[in-house]
Amino acid sequence: MTAVDGRTGRTGSIYTVEWVPGTDLLLGICHCGARRRFEDPIELWDWMLGHPEGHRSPADPAPEPALTRRA
Amino acid sequence: MGFPVKFARNRWYVAAYTSEVTRELLPRTICGEALVFYRTQAGQVVALSDRCVHRRFPLSESHLDGDNVVCGYHGFTYDTSGTCVAVPGQRRIPRTARVPAFPVVEQDSFVWVWIGDAAEADPAGIPRAPWLDHPDWTAVHGREPLDAPYGLLVDNLLDLSHETYLHGGYIGTPEVAETPIKTEVDEERQIVYVSRHMDDAACPPFYANSTGITGRIVRWQDIEYHPPCLYLLHSRVAPVGVLPNADGSDPGGFHVEVVYAITPETENSTHDFWAVARDFAGDDDGVSDFLRESNRTVVLQDVVALNTLAKVLETERDGYQELSINIDTGGLAARRLIAAQIAQGAGAEPARAPSAAATG
Ligand code: FES
Ligand SMILES: [Fe+2]
Repeated sequence: MTAVDGRTGRTGSIYTVEWVPGTDLLLGICHCGARRRFEDPIELWDWMLGHPEGHRSPADPAPEPALTRRA
Repeated sequence: MGFPVKFARNRWYVAAYTSEVTRELLPRTICGEALVFYRTQAGQVVALSDRCVHRRFPLSESHLDGDNVVCGYHGFTYDTSGTCVAVPGQRRIPRTARVPAFPVVEQDSFVWVWIGDAAEADPAGIPRAPWLDHPDWTAVHGREPLDAPYGLLVDNLLDLSHETYLHGGYIGTPEVAETPIKTEVDEERQIVYVSRHMDDAACPPFYANSTGITGRIVRWQDIEYHPPCLYLLHSRVAPVGVLPNADGSDPGGFHVEVVYAITPETENSTHDFWAVARDFAGDDDGVSDFLRESNRTVVLQDVVALNTLAKVLETERDGYQELSINIDTGGLAARRLIAAQIAQGAGAEPARAPSAAATG
């Protein structure tokens, strides 16, 4: 099977939303490294695309711990 | 923020398949612009406004004289740049006698047209779908009219969990709706990615009949949406447990590239271009026929649903309420990118002749 490269590579400024395994929560990960969990995708995008506002702010002191996958 | 209805200007849109544009005049409305397409004798695609500058007769109801269009009403004659080169009965051609010409590019079996300020058109900005006319791939395609704003089709395609409910028996199985997604937005390149990887899923007829796989499958759906127009679904299916090799080669996988071009016709209607390319059974016409029929059936299931949805939404345009959940993450991101594109392209118009004094 022949690979045809039509996929577009990612740049540095990627916003990522992961669905936290085994939960109903969404984890937003900004390109600046800020992470936060949400129950609602609209609130998540409001926060995420508000970068840099509220990302790593004092109001949000503990950064989300990295998710550890259960084996 | 609701789904978009207005169009983003200064963007490329798919107007047709290359095979549709011939030496016949082809009318097609794109983003509210009535356009006429044709091919010159040398094979170049031309797109002009479909309204004669004289009395607005559709140029598509006219005929070609060599590479020029001769208006079917009183004979104003336009060259490929839209400049009027002859009018009946007199030698002086009014300075303002021209119709807008639209930049066009043929690529990946599509004719792309630039809607906006022609000076800004850069063909390098057109997203690619190389599988559609690649010699190692085999593609089938179609186009269905949709009586709904294009934003409803964007919503539909960005959330494939609807496959389970709307397309059961074709491409939907329970695992699609059950499997969590990962969403990414590349702001710089303006792309939304939505991935759903199913490790052990039922094989829907669409894939069972085309690949010959009889048991359960690994099924990966990787969406890459380039708003506003081009939607790619990189689909990989293989028997359960069969994964790509570490070097990226994937001899055990079946690859299908499902491509949609979402082109607004008006604010309430959409051209739904769809194509399915595969890297297996390339010479098997039976597989081509099956995939063409199945995918068209699936597209029409969406068309019926979205036409219905558009009708009810029309009665509650102002301030209607909707509720978004996790599956909508990608669609919401797409709405935001499109809203930004609409704002960015506001006011970008094709160069029109200065309008003549209104007639009484
Ligand atoms: S309307 Fe076209 S020439 Fe009169
Ligand atoms: Fe669908």
